[in-house]
Amino acid sequence: MESEVTEIVLSTRRLDKNFGSLVVARNIELNLPKGARYALIGPNGAGKTTLINLMTGMLKPNAGQIFLGGEDVTALEPQERVRRGLARTFQINTLFPGLNALEAVTLAVCERRNIAGEFWRNVAVHREAIEEAHDILAKLRLGDSCYQITRELPYGRQRLLEIALALATKPKVLLLDEPAAGVPQEESGEVFEAVASLSDDLTLLFIEHDMHVVFRFASHIIVLVSGAIFTEGSPAAIAADPGVREVYLGKRKHG
Amino acid sequence: MVPTDTISAPQLYLQSLSRWSAIEIAFWLATLLPFFLFPNYLSLASQIAITALFALSLDLILGYAGVVSLGHAAFFGIGAYAAGLFSKFVWGEPISGLLVAALLAGLAGYATSFIICRFRHLTLIMLTLGLGLLAFEVANSAHWLTGGSDGLQGVRIWPLFGIFKFDLYGYTAYSYSLAVLFLFFLGMRRLVHSPFGLALRGIRENLVRMPAIGAASRAHIRKAYTIAAAVAGIAGALLTQTTESAALESISFQRSADVLVMLVLGGAGRLYGGLIGAIIFMIARDQFSGIAPQYWYFWIGILLIVVVMLLPNGILGGLSKIFARWSRK
Amino acid sequence: MLPPVFGVLFDGIAYGMLLFVLSVGLSVTLGLMNFVNLAHCAFAMLGGYLTATLVNDFNWSFFATLPLAFIAAATASIAFERVFYRRLYRASDLDQVLLTIGIAFVSVAIAAYLFGTAQQPIQTPPLLRGAIDFLGLSLGKYRLFLIAIALVVTILLVVGIEYTRFGAQVRAAVDNQRMAGGLGINVERTFAVTFALGSGLAGLGGALAIEIVGLDPNFSFIYLVYVLIIVSVGGLGSIAGSLAAAILIGVSDIAGKYYFPELGAFLIYLVMVVILMWRPSGLFGRR
Repeated sequence: MESEVTEIVLSTRRLDKNFGSLVVARNIELNLPKGARYALIGPNGAGKTTLINLMTGMLKPNAGQIFLGGEDVTALEPQERVRRGLARTFQINTLFPGLNALEAVTLAVCERRNIAGEFWRNVAVHREAIEEAHDILAKLRLGDSCYQITRELPYGRQRLLEIALALATKPKVLLLDEPAAGVPQEESGEVFEAVASLSDDLTLLFIEHDMHVVFRFASHIIVLVSGAIFTEGSPAAIAADPGVREVYLGKRKHG
Repeated sequence: MVPTDTISAPQLYLQSLSRWSAIEIAFWLATLLPFFLFPNYLSLASQIAITALFALSLDLILGYAGVVSLGHAAFFGIGAYAAGLFSKFVWGEPISGLLVAALLAGLAGYATSFIICRFRHLTLIMLTLGLGLLAFEVANSAHWLTGGSDGLQGVRIWPLFGIFKFDLYGYTAYSYSLAVLFLFFLGMRRLVHSPFGLALRGIRENLVRMPAIGAASRAHIRKAYTIAAAVAGIAGALLTQTTESAALESISFQRSADVLVMLVLGGAGRLYGGLIGAIIFMIARDQFSGIAPQYWYFWIGILLIVVVMLLPNGILGGLSKIFARWSRK
Repeated sequence: MLPPVFGVLFDGIAYGMLLFVLSVGLSVTLGLMNFVNLAHCAFAMLGGYLTATLVNDFNWSFFATLPLAFIAAATASIAFERVFYRRLYRASDLDQVLLTIGIAFVSVAIAAYLFGTAQQPIQTPPLLRGAIDFLGLSLGKYRLFLIAIALVVTILLVVGIEYTRFGAQVRAAVDNQRMAGGLGINVERTFAVTFALGSGLAGLGGALAIEIVGLDPNFSFIYLVYVLIIVSVGGLGSIAGSLAAAILIGVSDIAGKYYFPELGAFLIYLVMVVILMWRPSGLFGRR
């Protein structure tokens, strides 16, 4: 049971989004307490990635608010939310193909440290930033391949690099969009270990389809269907919920 | 406490990326050859150096930040006219003329960067084209200031440092242009290996990812665009100062298109691409200048088609692929 | 008696209609295929030179050459699409710009070689010579013909897009390419046919343009600027947008030249920049 005193780090109020007559988010109310491990599940097209896009600012809602650490960030640009501690990874690798892993993470670190605008000194003089980038990569077991160009990395390593880039922003809340999506079986273990090793101070919300992963990592599950929260609760409660099973095993079809 | 004089492996690696290679040194030494081998071609050499500087400035926004501009000559022309008018109405000292040109072109770049940074794709291409054409029309119409299609008259440049006269032999012109080119090349090289250079490459590689790592991409693009405009202005000023004239050609679409072709030919995003492209283009055009201009554009057209279909990263890109394959053997 | 401003308006609209026929093809293919085809006006030039040659050297009737200009340009575009364009659908904007500029350069050089750099002379067909008096205005018959042709083209396009199966396929592919493919629509063939139609219209436009603006090898580039302005102002993929933008640009250009000759082409560039800043996808473009 969560105590009443637990700080809510990310919340949404009455979040709505539609594209014309297509409603992709309907009255979404969400509260993420600090250190939580929440899973967001739901059938394809339920609007899970859309919700992340709304929370991070890549999409503007039609109505509703988003609060980060108590501050209303609804009007803020995505990069400003990142600066306030909200980071995300992408379901499909959204990396810098021509940069090597060290350069990519160093860039993220430089941005966070506000030195990315400096054009008169070689990046190599920023020892601390580079060390920090290398440490993040090492923790994700990417240390030895950090000099490889991103597009030449195996897919599983690229997924880890996705996470590394997000971690470089020193987030307080991390939204993971199917972190192991597309990763071959042999490599997906690495990705989950990486997720498991993340600090307890970090609040996580992850989208996942694999129920084993969900039940292993999540302390709380939110089920999204057709843009609205269908139900939420502890893993045991969700597992036992007949409505959830119906939604997934498809007595009713969802597009 | 880690001793501050030791350098970590990752740091060393990043530092190694910016080390001067033997080929680079050879290249710059080779730029001195015209003084000894081609003394009759020093005017052409100085034109090449000026155009190379212009191509370098375009590379910053095109090759590094991914901004496709069809109107970059606007800044070249502003610099050219600024230097000319400065020498006509204030004084003819060349270096201060360069600074004035850089200032004015940079200001124009800064102002337009607010428009440019908000758009991508076709809209951006059209805006740069439109703004470039507008600049041309303004220069054309304001003939009380610019001389219109007759060009700016009465440009008199003082000897450099009071000693070196700009004469028909071209020694001063080439030394001056080459020195300025090298200086700005060094600056550009620094920039490309700086955190800002990394940010620009990030923008080019994946614009969508940038806000997700907390980057203010638009601010970065504005900065790059302003710097590129100022450097283009300096190139334009050099042209005016070494030829003692300024004409509409310097602000024309033709010049914007030519520099784009040169950069792509040599390979954008590789620092040296613009330089190589400028050298090849200008020498080829000089050789062709006897033949009717239509045939020049025929071959340039064929060249563009070939480069796009077969050599997407320009000549330097093709060369580096060959090197990579060769070194793997 | 109508004041002269209406005469300027009439000329502007006629000019705009010509620009519409030249531009609509590019707008649709840009919106559909996302392919920046700067060689579009080279196809127009092909139609123009074909008409000029057939009329001047082979004594064909002007009207008979028009369908041929369309067909020739359409056929040429199919060849180019097969050989070059098809490979660059996923390439960067810059690559597409450079390839098509290269093609345009080559076309200019070939035109100069075959036809010389002077303007092509053309005899206006006797039916279209002269003008009709209307409320004190002298409405040129050729310009009336232009407006009529453009209206017919517009109607055919709108009917074609809205009411035929092919049109539905085009609309589906514009909206969602992957989905359209999934529904069994042969997207590649739809592209190729649309592109051919668009280039054919350009060829027709080129043939019609000779009388109004003249034809020389530089046509490819001079009118490319106008066409690009219209396409970006009107909005990619929008027929209504192209029409509106073409009339706007046509009238601005003619009015500008008539009332403010010192400004030169300043006005239309300014119009374009302002509209693009206000509506980056064009007046009727999809956001």
